[in-house]
Amino acid sequence: MAALSRAEAEERAPQPLTVDLAEVGVRALNAELHAPTASSYEVLNPHGAHSLAVGVHDEIDVRVRGHAGYFCAGMNQLGRIVVDGSAGNGVAENMMSGSVRVRGDASQAAGATGRGGLLVVEGRASMRCGISMKGIDIVVGGDIGAMGAFMAQAGRLVVCGDAGDGLGDSIYEARLYVRGRTGTLGADCVEKPVRDEHLAELRELLTAAGLDHDPTEFRRFGSARGLYHFTTEHSGSY
Amino acid sequence: MCGIIGLHLRDPDLHPMLGRLLDDMLCGVSERGPDSAGIAVYGDEERNPPGHTAVSVLRAPGDLAATVAGLLPGAPDVRAQPAGDTTVLTAPVGVDALIAAVAAAAPDALVVGSGRELVVYKGAGHPQDLARTYGLREVSGWQGVAHTRMATESAINPEGCHPYSVGADQCLVHNGSFSNHATIRRELRRQGVSFDSENDTEVGARFVAACLAEGDDLEKALLRLGETFDGFYTLLVTTAEGFAVVRDEIACKPAVIAEHPRWVAMASEFRALADLPGIDEARIFEPDPGKVYTWQR
Repeated sequence: MAALSRAEAEERAPQPLTVDLAEVGVRALNAELHAPTASSYEVLNPHGAHSLAVGVHDEIDVRVRGHAGYFCAGMNQLGRIVVDGSAGNGVAENMMSGSVRVRGDASQAAGATGRGGLLVVEGRASMRCGISMKGIDIVVGGDIGAMGAFMAQAGRLVVCGDAGDGLGDSIYEARLYVRGRTGTLGADCVEKPVRDEHLAELRELLTAAGLDHDPTEFRRFGSARGLYHFTTEHSGSY
Repeated sequence: MCGIIGLHLRDPDLHPMLGRLLDDMLCGVSERGPDSAGIAVYGDEERNPPGHTAVSVLRAPGDLAATVAGLLPGAPDVRAQPAGDTTVLTAPVGVDALIAAVAAAAPDALVVGSGRELVVYKGAGHPQDLARTYGLREVSGWQGVAHTRMATESAINPEGCHPYSVGADQCLVHNGSFSNHATIRRELRRQGVSFDSENDTEVGARFVAACLAEGDDLEKALLRLGETFDGFYTLLVTTAEGFAVVRDEIACKPAVIAEHPRWVAMASEFRALADLPGIDEARIFEPDPGKVYTWQR
């Protein structure tokens, strides 16, 4: 796993190439990141701009010094992207591999449809975190909003705080771990026993995220698999 | 889409900067609503002097001020300030008296805002052009809201532009769409409420105004709106006392709130807040679904 702990994030990127968004636009930034001439970048003055560091497909480090807007680090492959602030809607959406770390909070749909890689949100994540996740690992240091992991298909979501209502609605095979309280569970989402293999993967994910919570403090949630097939129980109503 | 910004200044030292701050914020939401923009400002003593009422009018005839003055008792000094599609009339009389005089003087004109503190501007066009037309950067005061519109429910014209100000010193701006607005409009019409447009947001504004008139506070009025209206919304509602933010229970429409000892701000996107003074020290959060957030003066 392309684990990037907080300490490693600090140590990385010696002499990064600086891109100042007060001087050039987001298109110029992304064009550079798509054909990188350096291994490490620092992005200044993001001011909440959208689509920062989208579509990175090389093993480069990108550090965004400030708050990012929508879709930051979307479709990431191999890149190691750190946002020194909060991120807007859809951070790391459809990530394939690599890692994305948000030092602040993340807005809605963090890690949506992600297929791989690791997304760490050190603060809180808003609603629909991990919606339709398909293999991504997401670790949230704080709470997540309502409707987390909606229709989650694969991957792991670790919530160190509380999870809002409707967690895991219509979930397939993703594994959800929550340390704090949960609101109502979504349709077909149930609490499941935490076995040794789950403690082991939780420990691995927490370490990768740079967090030192005790894995035994978490509960596990997943699919009751009751929605996999249509049933005939209401057919007489039609 | 549509974009919303709102700024409530707690520190009087910032009052002279209200327009500049709002103009910078407006840039951050222009892409969300390029077809029209409206603003509302509270406490600009140049545009709405103490002891006066301001009424904002669309389709105002050129001689409106003189005609209105002739209709008011004592023929007070009535001043007209044209700004694009909107003309702001001020006079040292009560709100109802000035509205009635405008209606009598110009039956084809439309009153789109009124109040003792408030001045409203509406128009169709690009938000940045309209900001110059309204003289936004020169505005002062203690509170302001602006809306950039991407029309979905009704035509692109000044009438369909937000904010909707249907009660004295009240404003409502909306990002989203109400799906049962026609039903509620019919119900309100049966109760004697009249409407100026086919816009869904106007129905929300009339509903809130009716609740406030019944004695509800802003929080209760917005909770009642949530029980009655179906659809998607982030709403920012302002009065002469303060402002409130609410999102529907599904909360698809964005909102970011930043709270600082010197100000409270709300915007559709963070980038509209990025240039506010002291933003790095502000508490920044997204409002929870269905919860009403209010700030009083």
